[in-house]
Amino acid sequence: MDFFLQLLVSGVVVGSIYALVALGFVLIYKVTRVINFAQGEFLMVGAYVCLALVAQLQLPFWIAFLMTMAVSVGLGLLIERLALRPMLGQPIIAIIMLTIGLSSVLKCAVLVIWGPNNRAYPQIFSQVPIHLGSVVISQVYLWSVGFAVLFLGLFTLFFRYSNAGMAMRAVADDQQAALSMGISLKKVFAMAWCIAFLVASVGGVFLGNINVVNVSLGFFGMKVFPAAVLGGLDSIPGAIVGGLSIGLIEALSGGYLDPLVGGGSKEVIPFIVLVIILMVKPYGLFGRAASAKV
Amino acid sequence: MSVMLRVSNIEVVYSEVILVLQGMSLEVPEGRIVTLLGANGAGKTTTLKAISALLRSENGRITDGTIEFSGAIINRKEPENIVRDGIFQVMEGRRIFKSLTVTENLLVGAHLRRDRERINFDIDTVFNYFPRLRERHRQTAGHLSGGEQQMLAIGRALMARPKLMLLDEPSLGLASLLVREIFEIIMRINRDEGITILLVEQNANLALQVADYGYIMEGGRVVLAGDCETLRNNPDVKEFYLGHSDRGKKSFKEVKHYQRRKRWLS
Repeated sequence: MDFFLQLLVSGVVVGSIYALVALGFVLIYKVTRVINFAQGEFLMVGAYVCLALVAQLQLPFWIAFLMTMAVSVGLGLLIERLALRPMLGQPIIAIIMLTIGLSSVLKCAVLVIWGPNNRAYPQIFSQVPIHLGSVVISQVYLWSVGFAVLFLGLFTLFFRYSNAGMAMRAVADDQQAALSMGISLKKVFAMAWCIAFLVASVGGVFLGNINVVNVSLGFFGMKVFPAAVLGGLDSIPGAIVGGLSIGLIEALSGGYLDPLVGGGSKEVIPFIVLVIILMVKPYGLFGRAASAKV
Repeated sequence: MSVMLRVSNIEVVYSEVILVLQGMSLEVPEGRIVTLLGANGAGKTTTLKAISALLRSENGRITDGTIEFSGAIINRKEPENIVRDGIFQVMEGRRIFKSLTVTENLLVGAHLRRDRERINFDIDTVFNYFPRLRERHRQTAGHLSGGEQQMLAIGRALMARPKLMLLDEPSLGLASLLVREIFEIIMRINRDEGITILLVEQNANLALQVADYGYIMEGGRVVLAGDCETLRNNPDVKEFYLGHSDRGKKSFKEVKHYQRRKRWLS
């Protein structure tokens, strides 16, 4: 039982980070209809930027964290401006290919700047674990969940109540109608890429604190993809539920199946569950079925 | 009475090859309702989109001519600046934001406004025009009936406090009783809010009753214009757009012959 609870906890922790990163992924899809294959690399860049500020410039962690967020927004703007805006009006498939190129460019840039070796954050969170009943949680896990939930909450409020958030939802619903309201698509698109980069970076910083930092953090994006698809590509609540589910499935299959099959089930089972769910609900758990025009 | 909108001789091309408007001109005087009639494909919607600059999102371009609004040329402006200038298009097919609530739709209509404190007051004004929207203000707009969606589309346009409203087929797909109701409200909006209206309609009969002045389009240009009284009594308009004629009932064969012989464009 304790083992099960322990798995549950680590599933929720990793799942909440998946959810946060998937939020950015889903946001880009909702607003621009682009599937962003560079979302995992955004996360990796965020982890490296914060690490550089903490380890190389010796800044206090929270200041570095805030600066990383600012840098992420800047990079999001830059990428939208240089790579995506010129593609406005081009076929979506071309833009999707572009994001694949973008992911390679980011990965190589990180390799050039920081090299291929594993790096680790210095000790930031106290290593004294916290006991909740019989479950033991390390502090970095708690901070991660806390921040993931905080950001998910903030963005939910932002989309629900703010003028800009409503404009983003309007664009997601009907781009041309949004245009006729006087909403600037360019601004909304830029905002979507900024938010996507920002949430990915936050996820990256905490993931980097939990594990080591290396280029394979980019593969995390591969896991965000099933999380987003599972929830329904165009649903933000779906991204949250999808992220948590993938995290839990991963932790449970890793805990119970790995000893039986000798490892690796953690990587496979989430995708198997994804396929099964998509067979039953092709638009994901919360996705809207594309309605055909009569 | 000053001219608010003047479209002079515009030419519109889609995808760089398809010529949709050629030498299209019209004038909308301030404070009036002007209607634009014509068969499918005559270029009515394109004219509206040329004015509101939504053309560019469909790969269309104004290649010749000018559009003037309150004395300034606006053909090269971005859609958001057109809205800022005070022109607001209610697109064909309602195009409400289906996953937003009724109130949120209205708020998005006020997207460019900076006078936040007056917005609640204006939401109330919209609800006074359309009491049914007040009852459903927290509902998701996609669940509204067609008529309610059309009301929401017009209400959303009111939220922008425009000077000129471009209405594209507000009667499309609605029961005739509802159409009456909506047209009465359009007239009230024109009278009470002082909003000038350019109305594109398939229902020529109704449009000529509410409007002051009418243009009839064919093949991308205006072929007939006049105040609505005159247009209503024009025998050709009666025959082709109002569906009755002074010359008594004709056989279908004769009508077809007549249409072939006498085109507006000839």
